[in-house]
Amino acid sequence: MEMVSNAPTGPIEKSWETHKFGLKLVSPANKRKHNIIVVGTGLAGGSAAASLGELGYNVDCFCFQDSPRRAHSIAAQGGINAAKNYHNDGDSVYRLFYDTVKGGDFRSREANVYRLAQVSVNIIDQCVAQGVPFAREYGGLLDNRSFGGAQVSRTFYARGQTGQQLLLGAYQALERQVGLGTVKMYPRTEMLDLIVIDGRARGIVTRSLCDGKLSVHFGDAVVLATGGYGNVFYLSTNAKGSNATAIWRAYKRGALFANPCYTQIHPTCIPHSGDYQSKLTLMSESLRNDGRIWVPKKAGDKRPPASIPEHERDYYLERRYPSFGNLVPRDIASRAAKAVCDEGRGVGETGLGVYLDFSDALKRLGRHKLDERYGNLFEMYERITGENPYEVPMRIFPATHYTMGGLWVDYNLMSTVPGLFVLGEANFSDHGANRLGASALMQGLADGYFIIPYTIGNYLASTKHEKYSEDVPAAKEAVANVNIITKKLLNANGKRTVDSYHRELGKILWEYCGMSRNAAGLKKAAGMIAELREDFWRNVRVLGSNEEFNQSLEKAGRVADFFELGELMCADALHRNESCGAHFREEYQTPEGEALRDDANYSYVAAWESQGARRPASLNKEPLVFHYVKPSQRSYK
Amino acid sequence: MKLILHVWRQKNAQDRGRMVRYEVPGVNEHMSFLEMLDVLNQGLIEKGEDPIAFDHDCREGICGMCGFMIDGKAHGGFKGTTVCQLHMRHFKDGDELYLEPWRAAAFPVVKDLVVDRSAFDRIIAAGGFISVPTGSAPDGNAIPVRKQDADLAMDAAACIGCGACVAACPNAAAALFVGAKISHLAHLPQGQAERNRRALSMVRQMNREGFANCTNIGECEAACPKQIKLEVIAQSNADYIRAAFRERPETVVSGVG
Repeated sequence: MEMVSNAPTGPIEKSWETHKFGLKLVSPANKRKHNIIVVGTGLAGGSAAASLGELGYNVDCFCFQDSPRRAHSIAAQGGINAAKNYHNDGDSVYRLFYDTVKGGDFRSREANVYRLAQVSVNIIDQCVAQGVPFAREYGGLLDNRSFGGAQVSRTFYARGQTGQQLLLGAYQALERQVGLGTVKMYPRTEMLDLIVIDGRARGIVTRSLCDGKLSVHFGDAVVLATGGYGNVFYLSTNAKGSNATAIWRAYKRGALFANPCYTQIHPTCIPHSGDYQSKLTLMSESLRNDGRIWVPKKAGDKRPPASIPEHERDYYLERRYPSFGNLVPRDIASRAAKAVCDEGRGVGETGLGVYLDFSDALKRLGRHKLDERYGNLFEMYERITGENPYEVPMRIFPATHYTMGGLWVDYNLMSTVPGLFVLGEANFSDHGANRLGASALMQGLADGYFIIPYTIGNYLASTKHEKYSEDVPAAKEAVANVNIITKKLLNANGKRTVDSYHRELGKILWEYCGMSRNAAGLKKAAGMIAELREDFWRNVRVLGSNEEFNQSLEKAGRVADFFELGELMCADALHRNESCGAHFREEYQTPEGEALRDDANYSYVAAWESQGARRPASLNKEPLVFHYVKPSQRSYK
Repeated sequence: MKLILHVWRQKNAQDRGRMVRYEVPGVNEHMSFLEMLDVLNQGLIEKGEDPIAFDHDCREGICGMCGFMIDGKAHGGFKGTTVCQLHMRHFKDGDELYLEPWRAAAFPVVKDLVVDRSAFDRIIAAGGFISVPTGSAPDGNAIPVRKQDADLAMDAAACIGCGACVAACPNAAAALFVGAKISHLAHLPQGQAERNRRALSMVRQMNREGFANCTNIGECEAACPKQIKLEVIAQSNADYIRAAFRERPETVVSGVG
């Protein structure tokens, strides 16, 4: 398969401007003749649907939740980056670009990242104008903080609920368009297949989650903004409903899946407590700004934290990375936590946890300041664990949080299926092998507000769009495909619940394809998953029928896709014989235990192409060329 | 510990519905309430019985998807807590609990504990926004906002749209939800241009959806998992009255946007 990145050449500072000028326009009178399908209403989908509606397109917008305001972007806590340099501390578009390329361990496309840094400043303006109540200084200007390993203060925030406020901004813009009639909203509706006609994406098949009714929706373009696939691990910080079904079924219809093995494990989550655990809760990594991370120096030290004297504590991040200390990027902080727990120095009942201690910050800043910065996070922690972080250090442990991999897209955010655009976490672009903190919100909104409105017009203006009826064979075939899957799930009539399969799949992936991986483990995992998948189709128990509100059936379809995706993740992790960012292969590390890249052989995007159910996916490579940021060994020492 | 649950089971909107008794043994104090229901549901599926349907998503208390009545109290009645963040350490062995969906004419039952809250979306669509097409915004620091105003706006903007306020209200009024949005945007300079029409349009839509009037009882404030204050209702009433005098009818009729 040919992959053309369409990334502009020439000076990077001008490339988006030049590229935009080269994009064809759709005249105002013609915009209303185009129907666009947007799946997902998070920051990327919500902002895209609203912006496309404002331009005058007819938009059909879908979400599986009961309201577009619930998409999981809402749970993002810490903040959103923008290269405003309001603090006069040396930030710039170029520095944000540089940090993001480096943070991604040189596995992202330079031109995309530069554009992201450029439009970051517009995002803040847009959100402020929408009424997003960002934190303010007493002078009335926007407050910023330093976040997740950045050495400048470029993160804008709204208490610990930045994602919520940004999403509500996009949601309100979206509802405004719903009120004006440009966007038609379909809540509690799940996309189950992509309709491809003459090689182009022309529609989707959806199932109403209320009554099971399947519907065919046609569009001149289809935009997927359905989020990441972190729930493949079962336990993650994602919402329970977050799933990969839309992008996976698009993959099966010909869209390439890029870098599936790049999954981010977030270092600061509340440790898991028992087998009934349904999800893991993130504690914003902004906590690392003021909290100090430590474990006992001695393995097996079970004394309560207050009884462990200062000289018997190991502040391991400050020790290993003196210049970044507790603020090293996520992948590094997570692996370091795993390492100390593997040495038997983990804390808490399970031994899978490290302390995040605020006692020094309390002395330095006082209770009032800490409350203002982290009050709601401390409350959340206490609600879940029953412990007060002002009195006992928090316990944290890494958990799956974000997936850098996703459907491959070109510079225009179009996948390898013409007319299929992919935004936000659902695509692979921008973050390389590791995402920096406060950059997911930035990317979602950049894609939706400031990129897709331009690039989709170019596609629409340069393509002819026939009208189809539901009798068109591709639509009938897609509906039949969905029916087959549903029947198979309902008729298996087995013994095991969907959740029990999902949990087992998650355990396999966490063990062998999680924070660190090796060839033998990955091969073993692939075998185990294949076996479990076979068993699933024979022995799963889904009660009830299709024609009703049936949460087990919804989950079963999603888990079926997670099995296949899990296998592809293992294949991708196995083929990438290097360590980079979040992908840590034990065989490839420096003597100090840091990730060892192999730029000579692996400086490319691995884009996998489905070859049908019976044959393994084939690998396509998009070489990565760095003209501006010279690949180097990341050092945070 | 072991719990006894009486759960409202209703197959769909047409079904009459009834309470069904369940025993849940082996409940651990660290479980969340929804994890306890997960365990019950796994057992039901294994026995071949239809699991209990309930809405949930983020399980972090921020998406607003979950919520039902526990013993007549929205989200269980614990201060500042959604039911997904309610942990079983608050209950004791042998407790008998009654679980019911939100009860309000404007929130029809979909199944069991799941209700349709799309009325809230329609209220927002009627005017709960600032009209600012993408790309037309001035610099973020062009208009300073007093810190106190930004903080008050944020207090109101914290609403998660779960519907507990409506469920807790004896009148099934949506005044706290509507007031939260009106107050959020009214505290910001960016929200001033549409302040009058926003108040009128949102209140009009609220009435159309079948929410009853607020009679200042205050149950909503007590039930709100985000502790939105009753004063947002005062703010929206004041805005509504002011708008009713100041706004010309033509502007209102011509709609929003």
